[in-house]
Amino acid sequence: MVAVINYHGGNALSVLHALRKLQIPAYLCSKPEQLGEAKIMILPGVGSAKATLESLQELGFHDILKHKISIEQIPFIGICIGYQILFEHSQEDSISCWGLLKGKVEAFDASQLRVPQIGWNRVHFLKPEHPYLRGIGDSPYFYFVNSYYANPLDSSKVFGNYHYGRKFSAIIVDKNITAMQFHVEKSGPLGLRLLKNICQAYGAT
Amino acid sequence: MNGLSKRLIACFDVVGSKVTKAEKFQNNIHIGDAASMAKNLYAQGIDEIIFYDIKASAEKRKLDVAVVESVGKEVFVPFTVGGGIRSVADMYSVLKAGSEKISIDSMAVRNPELIRAGAKAFGRQCIVLSIQVIKRGKSPKLASGYEIAIDGARIFTGKDAVDWAKQGADLGAGEIVVNSIDRDGTCSGYDLEIIEAIAKAVNVPVIASGGAGSLEHVSLLFTKTEASAAIISSMLYSTRLSRNFSVHEIKEYLVGKNIPMRACHEAGSSS
Repeated sequence: MVAVINYHGGNALSVLHALRKLQIPAYLCSKPEQLGEAKIMILPGVGSAKATLESLQELGFHDILKHKISIEQIPFIGICIGYQILFEHSQEDSISCWGLLKGKVEAFDASQLRVPQIGWNRVHFLKPEHPYLRGIGDSPYFYFVNSYYANPLDSSKVFGNYHYGRKFSAIIVDKNITAMQFHVEKSGPLGLRLLKNICQAYGAT
Repeated sequence: MNGLSKRLIACFDVVGSKVTKAEKFQNNIHIGDAASMAKNLYAQGIDEIIFYDIKASAEKRKLDVAVVESVGKEVFVPFTVGGGIRSVADMYSVLKAGSEKISIDSMAVRNPELIRAGAKAFGRQCIVLSIQVIKRGKSPKLASGYEIAIDGARIFTGKDAVDWAKQGADLGAGEIVVNSIDRDGTCSGYDLEIIEAIAKAVNVPVIASGGAGSLEHVSLLFTKTEASAAIISSMLYSTRLSRNFSVHEIKEYLVGKNIPMRACHEAGSSS
């Protein structure tokens, strides 16, 4: 089963609908006790890093999620804010994040760009033969909504990039962690296909 | 370098669970069932969908959450809902039902703090400020020459359109939809003048609405202004037009004009 973490401000329901459409067994997980036997955990996200971390603290998810990801090595899919909080620090509200990935989250330069970035941007995948990319093609469009971007220190973990003024990391793959800046659940049929491929690679049936 | 595509957005004026189409914000005609039209356009490759519950604000009725839920289950592109949203609690109920973004319009003019409160609660990317503009001509009180209206163009506020757009972006709106009252449903082309004035004045994405009736209207919007997205509705389904267009047809034309679009085959190739 795939546990979709349901916290205040997240869009857990959209992710759940996407998994249901893909016929991947999934449930909304609103309490840490419900994480139970989850084979895959998905942390969706909208809003700010601070609000997300506070809500996860309040609901009791914060420490147990970190433990399950880093110690138990349970497969974890982070989306948007669920991607950003994996890094060490976010410039948004200047807050410490989980530090499971090396690097910081910083603000787009609003003097040069329209901020937030909102819309469909091309993701240039760096490992075209990877099983995640079955049926997806070279540099498809995915839907982005972000004012901040992650700057990963370990470039070997970067699985794809996008351009917004300059090149940024769009998706990171590091063993049991797959995390992406774009909203895979709102990126049309190709987004659904990528979500399905990731879940299947992590053993979802 | 910037890889963002331009967006085509289908906007539905919804009454209850039905889609209607107005001309200059009046004389609405019924078009079809909102949820099934949204699903059909998703299958065609539309980039985004907006529902406006147009009666909600004027008649103080709240929008129908069941319709939002039904779309959320089947439509996997961004989905914005507006109409009758007065508070952060109203916003939360719509987001929880399955939309990503909230559009506020008349209520934001009455209570601009609603923009700030919504942006604080859900992030600015969630708050779409929709504005109704009418051309009046430039005057000392209307520097842009366009006035803001509310309540389905029933009440005119005296506010300058560019000033209000800037104020909205400063308060925390993540996108601004510019609805031209003069062009609404007329299929005579977007009002490029006010769209470009607002796109230059704010730093958030601007969405143009009102007037699209031909392929050329959409390509002019993207070549003559900095608009990020085009709302098309009459072109897709109005019975007032002699012919309608498919999403594929519109995108193919725009790509031919070197306007970056998410191709429709990318929307239909999943298995």
